Amino acid sequence: MTGIWLFVAAFVVGGLICVAGQLLMDLTKLTPAHVMTILVVAGAILDGLGWYDPLIKFAGAGATVPITSFGNALVHGALAETGQYGVLGLITGIFEVTSAGISAAIIFGFLAAVLFRARG
Amino acid sequence: MSVKTGIDQKRYQAFLKGRQPVRPWFKNSVRAFFTGGAICLVGQGIQEVIVHYYHISEKMAGNPTVAILVMLSALFTGLGVYDKFGQWAGAGSAVPVTGFANSIASAALEHKTEGYVMGVGSNMFKVAGPVIVFGVVAAFAVGLIRYLLTHV
Repeated sequence: MTGIWLFVAAFVVGGLICVAGQLLMDLTKLTPAHVMTILVVAGAILDGLGWYDPLIKFAGAGATVPITSFGNALVHGALAETGQYGVLGLITGIFEVTSAGISAAIIFGFLAAVLFRARG
Repeated sequence: MSVKTGIDQKRYQAFLKGRQPVRPWFKNSVRAFFTGGAICLVGQGIQEVIVHYYHISEKMAGNPTVAILVMLSALFTGLGVYDKFGQWAGAGSAVPVTGFANSIASAALEHKTEGYVMGVGSNMFKVAGPVIVFGVVAAFAVGLIRYLLTHV
């Protein structure tokens, strides 16, 4: 996908992943935390099957921004370092790719707590 | 006595019927589609800017894009905007990585009064923790299977 179509694909695919999450919340008795957990595990499994990368190629941020990509990125990190360290690479590499999301969330979450006060 | 409570139970169930809120799943899904799609659209826009500015591939630009979205989410959480938006958007605000960041930032803010160590530090991952725990365990299992399939 290139140009304007990549934006359309990002919007539609990202939106549909969110709809999947919404339907899980509304049509089952699962809590939001359970739904998020399911989506992350689904992302990991889809990557294991080799289906998530094609989705990223097709939809760009539509596939990398939803939380499913977190599961995908964890698997990618784990597998990337097996080349160097064998099976131990699964452990050493697991956070390799997801560092951006987790580190940023900790740092900016902490800063938000320092700078702002809770509302409501 | 037991007969009476049985009848009461039935009457209570009948009373509940029609009074329990029916979840407007269709309306919620439409909202989730447009808000979630819009966040991904913003992400795609940020990604394009990074690709052109740093001259890197789309794939390489994914991580910095996530970092910027997380930063924006923490800012809007601090300003009290993201949670209001989230009440309207439902999963559309929760499923994108901005929702993950929001859960961390809002937990940190909420527990600030208990101090930075016991409040902010120990409550930050109250909501996001399960996602990381199950994500890592699942990724390890999937990675192990993939590794065994290709190396054994």
